[in-house]
Amino acid sequence: MRELKLMKGNEAIAEAAIRCGTDGYFGYPITPQSEVMETLMAEQPWKTTGMVVLQAESEIASINMVYGGAGCGKKVMTSSSSPGISLMQEGLTYIAGAELPCVVVNVVRGGPGLGTIQPAQSDYFQAVKGGGHGDYKLITLAPASVQEMADFVELAFDLAFKYRNPAMILSDGVIGQMMEKVELKPQKPRMTEEEIIEKYGDWATTGKTRNRNRNIITSVELSSENMENFNHKLQAKYKKMQEEEVRYESINCDDAEYLLVAYGSSARICQKTVELARAQGIKVGLLRPITLFPFPEKPIHELAKQTKGILSVEMSAGQMVEDVKLSVNGITPVEHYGRFGGIIPSPAEVLEALKSNFLEG
Amino acid sequence: MAKAKGAIVVDIEKCKGCSVCVSACPAQVINLAAEVNDKGYHYAYMENPDNCIGCANCGVVCPDTCITVYRAKPVTA
Amino acid sequence: MDIKEIIKEENIVYKKTSVLTDKVMHYCPGCTHGVVHKLVAEVIEEMGLQEKTIGVSPVGCSVFLYDYIDIDWQEAAHGRAPALATGIKRLMPDKVVFTYQGDGDLAAIGTAETIHACNRDENIVVIFINNGIYGMTGGQMAPTTLPGMKASTCPFGREPGQDGHPLKITEIVAQLPGTTFVTRQACHTPAAVRKTKKVLKKAFENQINKRGTSFVEVVATCNSGWKMSPVKANEWMEENMFPFYPLGDIKDI
Repeated sequence: MRELKLMKGNEAIAEAAIRCGTDGYFGYPITPQSEVMETLMAEQPWKTTGMVVLQAESEIASINMVYGGAGCGKKVMTSSSSPGISLMQEGLTYIAGAELPCVVVNVVRGGPGLGTIQPAQSDYFQAVKGGGHGDYKLITLAPASVQEMADFVELAFDLAFKYRNPAMILSDGVIGQMMEKVELKPQKPRMTEEEIIEKYGDWATTGKTRNRNRNIITSVELSSENMENFNHKLQAKYKKMQEEEVRYESINCDDAEYLLVAYGSSARICQKTVELARAQGIKVGLLRPITLFPFPEKPIHELAKQTKGILSVEMSAGQMVEDVKLSVNGITPVEHYGRFGGIIPSPAEVLEALKSNFLEG
Repeated sequence: MAKAKGAIVVDIEKCKGCSVCVSACPAQVINLAAEVNDKGYHYAYMENPDNCIGCANCGVVCPDTCITVYRAKPVTA
Repeated sequence: MDIKEIIKEENIVYKKTSVLTDKVMHYCPGCTHGVVHKLVAEVIEEMGLQEKTIGVSPVGCSVFLYDYIDIDWQEAAHGRAPALATGIKRLMPDKVVFTYQGDGDLAAIGTAETIHACNRDENIVVIFINNGIYGMTGGQMAPTTLPGMKASTCPFGREPGQDGHPLKITEIVAQLPGTTFVTRQACHTPAAVRKTKKVLKKAFENQINKRGTSFVEVVATCNSGWKMSPVKANEWMEENMFPFYPLGDIKDI
């Protein structure tokens, strides 16, 4: 029987984390995502599945607790919002450098600095370009509904373990706070140590048994030659992700003469813009990237061939638009439309922006 | 007949010649050699082997764990 | 007795534990790190913990500690070892988990992680090497550098009004209800080394008995950073470090 619930996006993250057999959550409160840990603490999963939930002293500590747990081969995660995610960048680059799987949820709010607690999408660069120091990438998933908040937790873990790489769910204050109907999956048991080794290999620090050499989780390598080779290995991994893991949704794109590109809550707004435009006889389509890294370069490039103009819509001053332009590579005009600082654009104003950029003058 | 009750064997190539063992030895057995090892360190050696009592103080304080200590079992009549 | 008669397998009274790897340590001659590494390895061997111990190494001179003790390891970002250890121990409570950190790592950049892990009753062992200087980066001032002591970033000696005061973090963690055993030792003499081994064993036993955080500080030398011979550094430590950082158990519940 289907289990349907009306939930906030943040609550759905927590509920899905328990149900997909997550081993540990470490977090620190910050608006607008505190419901994630609050829900977990209220559910007390340590009494049912054995999942560990711990409130850390800072986001720096939470991401490093995640490092420790991930190094043991466990499914561990954290969540935060923009200022807290900035504090986690050190931990994330170490986790990427040590090739550990983990899931980090960013319920983005407006910045810079302490900024605002209202929703924004201004952490795109930080998420998809690495964020911390060194050449690394985060697998970045962008949910556009409460249902996807729930579904992407398990997907993010699957991808993180498949590639031994941190995965980020890049949400925003709209998706985190809004309530929608969610279909919850049945409870999965947490994996045992033996099952983890069987499925993902014997690389984790679980205690050096007699039949193997010691496992060392580290990101340090002082030999430049070895470090270059390791970077080649990372780049090959990211290339494989680019080839195999691109996910996107296209809406009304078949006959589109104009294309909107938007993710997350902006994509929800743009879906309405498409309806408004088509009612006025303007053939507009929407491409919604679901993976922001790897970015859907090829589908955007293909659609560029048939369109007279592309509008990248973000709640930022223009970040994803750079990746759209790289994908389009000059074959059709690309413009950006954004509101920021916590302001959410309306479908009508997006349509106006489309018209003023491509249909007037 | 020598009166030694103990002896040490120094892993000469691991020894860095820090001489911490020299000052830890209660019987003035150890000194640094005039010769150097492959890394250029004056390594520790038993200058006065007859004095060694096998107390293991040198091994205990050695930061590079390059001293093995032996002590003869007392002969029971 | 002839030496050849003495040097026999059955007469060995001290040798390298097999839990230490054969790799030659990268430390300067006379460095205390080597002694403490050896003691940790000996304790792990004697308590039969090799298969269940996970170590967390720091950033600093002992960053490559994982090359020397034959157990599973995680290498932490600077100061974050207690957070890693928290994650490991919470998820694998049956394993034995310890951190090994220097003064910059534990008492400067990682102060929050140190204090909060100790205050949460994390059932781990924290080993703290305090030599009053940043060794790896070349002798800069540490949070534990003594007043008047010279370092490359206080070349005329630490002046508290300008550079701040040395931090007695061990006394601070001793006040936290989460710690069960807090002690300060040294490794400058055979007796001191034997004592340090004893307290390390006790710290690991506390963890097995689920008694909360055990915190072992070892006041150590950095003869390169202090610009002295190893033997002279031991003497200087006795004369200058011990009066400020007195040895002994600070808390033992």
